[in-house]
Amino acid sequence: MTTTDLGATAEVSQGLDSPLEIAGVKFTSRLIVGTGKYTTNQIMVDAIRASGAEMVTVAVRRVDLDRTREEAILHHLSSEEFFLLANTAGCHTAEDAIRYARLARAAGFNEFVKLEVIGDDETLLPDVQATIEAAQILTDEGFKVMAYTNDDLITALRLEDVGCVAVMPLASPIGSGLGVVNPYFIREIKRRLEVPIIVDAGVGTASDACLTMEQGVDGVLMNTALAAAKDPVRMAHAMKAATISGRLAFLAGRMKSREIAVPSSPKVGMLD
Amino acid sequence: MSSTEHIQVRLNGKDRDITFGHTVQSLLEAIEINPLAVVVELNKQILGRDRYSDFDIREGDTIEVVHFVGGG
Repeated sequence: MTTTDLGATAEVSQGLDSPLEIAGVKFTSRLIVGTGKYTTNQIMVDAIRASGAEMVTVAVRRVDLDRTREEAILHHLSSEEFFLLANTAGCHTAEDAIRYARLARAAGFNEFVKLEVIGDDETLLPDVQATIEAAQILTDEGFKVMAYTNDDLITALRLEDVGCVAVMPLASPIGSGLGVVNPYFIREIKRRLEVPIIVDAGVGTASDACLTMEQGVDGVLMNTALAAAKDPVRMAHAMKAATISGRLAFLAGRMKSREIAVPSSPKVGMLD
Repeated sequence: MSSTEHIQVRLNGKDRDITFGHTVQSLLEAIEINPLAVVVELNKQILGRDRYSDFDIREGDTIEVVHFVGGG
């Protein structure tokens, strides 16, 4: 696969932006969305379609043999319509994350994995040491690792060193909706790394997505901001627009801000 | 006494008695799981889908049957 088949966004086709490319796979949407926590599967599918996202994350869990829980996600989301990015969410050790990644790969869709190793249940902040360790092993096994991490530059550099195909610093804790708490470090990570930077987690509303993209990063990944909105489908439209807006504003290059007013209309030519 | 011999296995975290003589393939069929929709781990070894018939289920085996669910 070299490009997704969902049709270029207007921005890409008009030459205003280039596709997002991760390990040779091109995406016209810079928004990646999760599939968890929606009240119904239909709302999930409608919201994801409205978001324009091509890459969607999924989790690996036991099949409920008593059939009391929801059905498999692939009953609702076609792997032909969306690029599935399996995650290792819920894993607390490198060993567990590697096990989940291998199970996900055995499902046979692709070699990509969203690596996530949780270090603390209260904040869901990543265990960066375990994340780097798992990233190294998975990369050696041929995985294309997109690593969830905190907004720490040194960790991001190490993740790139061990071969991650994308580094994904958080905007703020998972599910918090606090927005980008540290835009400066997000910019530093983007400035220093070669691989795509996807800001993952913490976006709450459209302005957060826009501000995230204005830092110059390559994409943004969100789940709860859509799933927990009162109207997920409408919020998905908003997030799509905000992601594009922030990206184009970054590429356009904003005016210098100054704490002084400057008139927009000519000073000359005024009547006596 | 029934002539059918049972063995105990651990299947998706629960102890279960199943009849002796199952392969992974026949066990999935018995519990009405589409083998193509899941990934199976037998005693922490991931099995290729084309090899489910090659693995016999034995007393004390740990079997995990997983699939993709919604997640972020």
